[in-house]
Amino acid sequence: MSIISSTSHATSSTSTLGLRLTAAIGASILGACLVYFAGFSHIEAVHNAAHDTRHSAAFPCH
Amino acid sequence: MIKRIAQTAGFTGLLAALLLTLLQSFWVAPLILQAETFEKAPAAAELHAHADGAAAHTHDAEAWEPEDGWQRVLSTTGGNLVVAVGFALMLAGLYTLRAPTRTAQGLLWGLAGYATFVLAPTLGLPPELPGTAAADLAERQIWWIGTAASTAAGIALIVFGRNWLLKALGAAILVVPHVIGAPQPQVHSMLAPEALEAQFKIASQLTNVAFWLALGLISAWLFRRNRDDRYSA
Repeated sequence: MSIISSTSHATSSTSTLGLRLTAAIGASILGACLVYFAGFSHIEAVHNAAHDTRHSAAFPCH
Repeated sequence: MIKRIAQTAGFTGLLAALLLTLLQSFWVAPLILQAETFEKAPAAAELHAHADGAAAHTHDAEAWEPEDGWQRVLSTTGGNLVVAVGFALMLAGLYTLRAPTRTAQGLLWGLAGYATFVLAPTLGLPPELPGTAAADLAERQIWWIGTAASTAAGIALIVFGRNWLLKALGAAILVVPHVIGAPQPQVHSMLAPEALEAQFKIASQLTNVAFWLALGLISAWLFRRNRDDRYSA
C-alpha cells in the first residue's frame, strides 16, 4: 500500500511541469474572468447587482 | 489536479464570501446606504450629474436594480461569491506551482492577495462612497488592473527571485504604476461628509484584510487536505 501511494505521489508531483503550468494559468484566467464580470463589467444590471461588492472591494465603480 | 483546484476554489470562495457578506452587512453596507441618502437628495441631484471632472455617465432607467432590503443583500452576496471564487481560483492555480508546505503559509498568500488587489490599487484610487467625483471609469479600471498585475509580478519576483537582480526588478515593477499615477478627477468633490468617507475607508480596508486572510488560510488548508486524493489526478 505504501509502495503504491509513494509511486503515485512521485508521478503526480513530477507530473509534468507543463501540465501544472497549464492548470495554473487556466485557473488564473478563469478566476480573473469571474472577478472582471462581477467587478468591472459595464453591463448596467450587473453593475447594479454587484454595486455594494464593488464599493466594498474598492473596485472603480461609477 | 483540476478537480483539486475546483474543489479548493469552490469551497474557499463559498466560505470567504459568507464571511465577507457578514462583515459587509454589519459594517460597510450601512455606510454605503448612508452615503446614498446624500446622493439621492433632490438638492444634490444636479451636483451629482454635473460635478466638474465627474465621469459622465447616464443612469439607464430601465436597467434592473435590486430593491433595498433582502434583494440587495442577496445580489451583493451573489457578487461576493463570484468575486471570491474568482480570487480563490487564482490562488488554487498558483498552489499547483508552489504548494503551501504548511496551512499557515496560506496567510502569506492571503497577505500577498490583499497587497495586490486592495492595498496597491487603493494607494492611487482610495475606496469611494457613492457620490464621490472621480476620473473616467474606463481609465480608472485600466489603471487598477495594471496596478494589480504589476504588483502581482513584483511580489512574485521579490519572493521567488533567485538573485538580487530579479528582486530589484520586482521592486521596480512594483513602483511603476505609482510613478505613472492614478487618473484623478479635475476637481475633487464629495456629497457625503468627510467623516463618513474616512470611516468607510477604514471599514473597507479592514474588511478586505479579513477577507483575504480567510481566503488564503482556507484555500491552503483545503488544498493540502485534498493532496492524498490520488485517484482524482
